[in-house]
Amino acid sequence: MITKRIIACLDVRDGRVVKGVQFVDLIDAGDPATQAARHAREGADEIVLLDITATHEGRATLLDTVRRTARELFVPFCVGGGIRSADDAAQVFEAGADKVSVNSAALADPMLIDAIGLSFGAQAVVVAIDARRDPQAADPVRDAQVLVQGGRKLTGRRVVEWAREAEARGAGEILLTSMDSDGMRTGFDCELTAAVSETVNIPVIASGGAGTVDHFVDVFGRGKADAALAASIFHFGVSSARSLKEELAKAGVSVRLPC
Amino acid sequence: MRVTVIDYKAGNLTSVLKALRHLGAEADVTDGDLAPVERAERIVLPGVGHFAATQRLDATGLTPAIHAAIARGIPFLGICVGMQWLYAGSSEAPGQPGLGHFAESCTRFPESKEKVPHVGWNSLEIRPDSRLLAGVEPGEYVYFTHSYKAPVTSDTAAVTHYIEPFASAVERGNVMGVQFHPEKSGTTGLKILGNFLKWQGAE
Repeated sequence: MITKRIIACLDVRDGRVVKGVQFVDLIDAGDPATQAARHAREGADEIVLLDITATHEGRATLLDTVRRTARELFVPFCVGGGIRSADDAAQVFEAGADKVSVNSAALADPMLIDAIGLSFGAQAVVVAIDARRDPQAADPVRDAQVLVQGGRKLTGRRVVEWAREAEARGAGEILLTSMDSDGMRTGFDCELTAAVSETVNIPVIASGGAGTVDHFVDVFGRGKADAALAASIFHFGVSSARSLKEELAKAGVSVRLPC
Repeated sequence: MRVTVIDYKAGNLTSVLKALRHLGAEADVTDGDLAPVERAERIVLPGVGHFAATQRLDATGLTPAIHAAIARGIPFLGICVGMQWLYAGSSEAPGQPGLGHFAESCTRFPESKEKVPHVGWNSLEIRPDSRLLAGVEPGEYVYFTHSYKAPVTSDTAAVTHYIEPFASAVERGNVMGVQFHPEKSGTTGLKILGNFLKWQGAE
């Protein structure tokens, strides 16, 4: 039976793992390679590394970080942040990533999704969408706003139609972050996740808001998520993917155990 | 242990090479040069991407070279599209023949309420005499990402259930294939690759 994936997410800036609330107030949370290896050892089904470095020097550091992180990692490894072209993607794959996640560059030039998929296969392209409910819209959930620049800038796109276009262009998965819940530890936005998951036929990874085991149970049930991303819940020894999955199994969620 | 890995430009080989080298194998890569295949001790055909990409194997002359290597008894492992290529063909690229080592063809998952592609960790029902999957316990999981799959036949070494039962591993003599990605399947995957690297002739 196919299992629900628990994906450990590392936000990386200038080669260090950081964590903040709603993309601000970042604090240092360790070395990416060490953290990724620990998550894999402790039962994470997949590792995502999101580079939030803005500087040029940081970009070179990223490839080195990806190489170091990938070296001893034998679970799927996705890298996102700052991938603006098929060439950028090729470098990240070359360094050892199995998938790349694209966000603002795909919104600026949707053909980027087609281009990466053509060279590396659809399974290698994850389209990351940062969404915020739009209380003004007729349907605040389906018409949630798509944002870029860490949630600071509106794009004019609506979440469901953008997810559908991404799929049509050959995206392999959607990584959906609720900007309303991100870093809040108050639970995933299950309505938003379900709206996207029911629209597309590719896996949807829910992100933003994980704080308790029940939040995961909820997003796999009501939210119809295929996978869920967790960052802060794992940091600072709060919990491991294994213990999270053991709790999920007790709640009737199909997960990879033992792991 | 020496392994020749075939590059047919369908996705990247980094992960497969890394896993083989981690297990102590000396891996060389060919993307068209036949000599490495002709003197190969073991061959791995990885693959993420589209079945049509296997056309390159025909264009470069690798197909007959691989066929000859298999006939010599060289252990061969196809991964994902590399496994599907061992069959007669795939509905993903109807005009493109596979090796035809297994007579059946690969087809897309039928329409259902489940999503296609099949992405994630799923379990294996293993044929007890499988040497490739020896030591893999019931309940161990491996990582899949695919939309096309091979049918269950007497050559099937493992069955996985998603929408319908399909062949997640195939094994007949020195020719083996896995639909999942052992290089991305944690310690279970490394165990399977290790079995392939240790495979020593027919018993």
